[in-house]
Amino acid sequence: MPEQSRAEIQFHHIGRQREAERLGMLVFLASEIMLFGGVFLAALALRMLHPQEYVAAASHMKLWHGTANTAILLTSSLLVALAVEWTRGGRPKWAARCLWAAVALGLTFLGVKAHEYYLDYREGKLPGAANANFSTPFEQLFSNFYFSVTGLHALHVTAGIILLALAALRGEARHDRHAVFIGNVALYWHLVDVFWIFLYPTIYLAGAGE
Amino acid sequence: MTAAAVDTEREPEEIEGTSYLRAGYSLRSWLLTTDHKRIAILYLLSITFFFAIAAVAAALIRLDLITPEGDLLSNEGYNRAFSIHGIMMVWFFLIPSIPNTIGNFMIPLMIGARDLAFPRLNLLSWYIFIVAGIFALFVVVAGGVDTGWTFYTPLTTMYANGAVVATVLAVFISGFSTILTGLNFIVTIHKLRAPGMTWSRLPLFVWSHYAVSIIFVLATPVLAITLLLVAAERVFGIGVFDPSLGGDPLLFQHLFWFYSHPAVYIMVLPAMGVVSELITAGAHKKIFGYWFVAYASIAIAVIGFLVWGHHMFVSGQSVLASTAFSFLSIAVAVPSAIKVYNWTATLYKGDVALDAPLLYAMGFIGLFVAGGLTGLMLAMLAIDVHVHDTYFVVAHFHYIMVGGSVTAFFGALHYWWPKITGRLYNEVLGRISALLMIVGFNLTFFPQFMLGYEGMPRRYHVYPQEFQVLQVFSSAGAGMLAVAYLMPLTYLLWSLRSGARAPANPWGATGLEWTTSSPPPKHNFTEQPVVVRGPYDYPLAHPRSRQDA
Repeated sequence: MPEQSRAEIQFHHIGRQREAERLGMLVFLASEIMLFGGVFLAALALRMLHPQEYVAAASHMKLWHGTANTAILLTSSLLVALAVEWTRGGRPKWAARCLWAAVALGLTFLGVKAHEYYLDYREGKLPGAANANFSTPFEQLFSNFYFSVTGLHALHVTAGIILLALAALRGEARHDRHAVFIGNVALYWHLVDVFWIFLYPTIYLAGAGE
Repeated sequence: MTAAAVDTEREPEEIEGTSYLRAGYSLRSWLLTTDHKRIAILYLLSITFFFAIAAVAAALIRLDLITPEGDLLSNEGYNRAFSIHGIMMVWFFLIPSIPNTIGNFMIPLMIGARDLAFPRLNLLSWYIFIVAGIFALFVVVAGGVDTGWTFYTPLTTMYANGAVVATVLAVFISGFSTILTGLNFIVTIHKLRAPGMTWSRLPLFVWSHYAVSIIFVLATPVLAITLLLVAAERVFGIGVFDPSLGGDPLLFQHLFWFYSHPAVYIMVLPAMGVVSELITAGAHKKIFGYWFVAYASIAIAVIGFLVWGHHMFVSGQSVLASTAFSFLSIAVAVPSAIKVYNWTATLYKGDVALDAPLLYAMGFIGLFVAGGLTGLMLAMLAIDVHVHDTYFVVAHFHYIMVGGSVTAFFGALHYWWPKITGRLYNEVLGRISALLMIVGFNLTFFPQFMLGYEGMPRRYHVYPQEFQVLQVFSSAGAGMLAVAYLMPLTYLLWSLRSGARAPANPWGATGLEWTTSSPPPKHNFTEQPVVVRGPYDYPLAHPRSRQDA
């Protein structure tokens, strides 16, 4: 039983180890959801306390940067999903290509984000910068919140890109261990994507009507 | 495959050189181990160290309170003493206490596994805890903080003195250690149970750790993001909790208690698991109402997430919200009470052996009932408004956290000490220290109920003359408690050198952990256990007589 010999000592067989790895990732994702849950709760509280000011502050956001990034992340998630399918279907070359494309899209996302930060800085919306100017205190709070939250999300994107690259490097080899690893990395990437799907209306669309 | 492996007929002798303690003697073999048993020992040593620091802070508090003028400490010094006491006790002793030591050691043994699902993650979790601990020690050396363990804004973000950011980071980092432990336990309990170890055969200790792991994973990240926002507020002034920018300081309280109330159950659920084991082993009797006790753990974990608002009855929360939180807080007492009734019913007509572990367990029940009933009083809006932020609250949560969790921790330590170390401790000294702990505890904290009801506010060290008698009683009790904590430290350590060798099953208890040698071999069992019976299948077919011990 070659499969059995590869399982770690605490598992009876390799299948059980794969299940444990998948469950471990799901539990970790649950904890990540609670982490971002705190962020969304704070956003909700701020919006309920200051409905008009929240919308006014959100209207300064770069809607097109946010929209482009939403499209970029959604596309990358599609590619990662395809990679999972192709790994399972025995086409590791295509899987690896999809993963590399997703890595490229992830980097593009960070690039767009950086450009947006730069424009914010030029407009004096970067708190603490020498040229910072805000029309109301709440606008400053919103801006602080925006930088903290998108910064936290960008950290998750960075971690996700590293994981995707690792998965792509191992995607060439074809056996179940990598299928499971890629599956777990894909779950993480989808969650990072889902966080953005919620951040997009919270930050960008909230002020789009103004 | 037969049932032989779970029978206690056969006495598994320690085969020379196979014990996990003999698997390597170098420092490296301990610091890079992935053996859950060794990691449990690493945790035990570290939390004992932090317990000592927190206890010294408690001693300073109690000494200072002997006189109404607060002669020993300055105002600022007193604030720092109770802050260090609270922060160290909660995050560096109580939360990791039972899960990371006894749980880490026993869960794989109890379910018949060779290790946790992710042994390297387990070691990583200890290292993260140590990094957090180094931050915490830095805080102590740097002179402490005066925020209290609750980090309320705007005190913490704008006015507090001391190493606030380092403290917040210490707690933030320790949270990741907790999350990883919870994750590891959940996956282990799902995926590594031995053949025949169905969910209905799980020891209740494992059930309560399953419940606590859910809280670890779901509540701790909320604390993480909250503390991150507090640190960002303190350093950059981001304003989420700052009214001058339009933020809301009450939002902090909601987020903090969303974690910290479940954290109370983090501290007490493992203790309840311990007590279920100690009571059944002490009474040599099947647990009364297995499923009620098991599901009560899950119910406590679930309802525990919905009661945080009872910390905020006087914070300007709406009456509607307060009423709902009051109702839910009363509701969470139901599963707790179920457990207490079932433990008591288990003792009824049992073959009771009043050994030290059972004394601790019964101490737990009594103190937990007192803490729980006063908790019901505090859950009621009208009473809470009267005694909010008084010693009544202080006494209530010490009955749960010290009277409950710490007592259970000591009970667990005594009960499983022969299994962990392979040595027997002095049983007479064990019983004396158990009684001393129960008496000393009540002497320390019962007067605080009276003080609080009379109006003595918490966190003040200068108080009116008429409170002095009760304060002196309380401080005297703290002295007794100190002896009760130091005694086990002495005779348990002494047993390592001179204690008699422990048989595999010194208590005549059921449970897979007693079917392997004491101490267990590196991979826990010499052959894969197969479970054919339900839990707590007393009396044993071939009970080990208590004379063994």
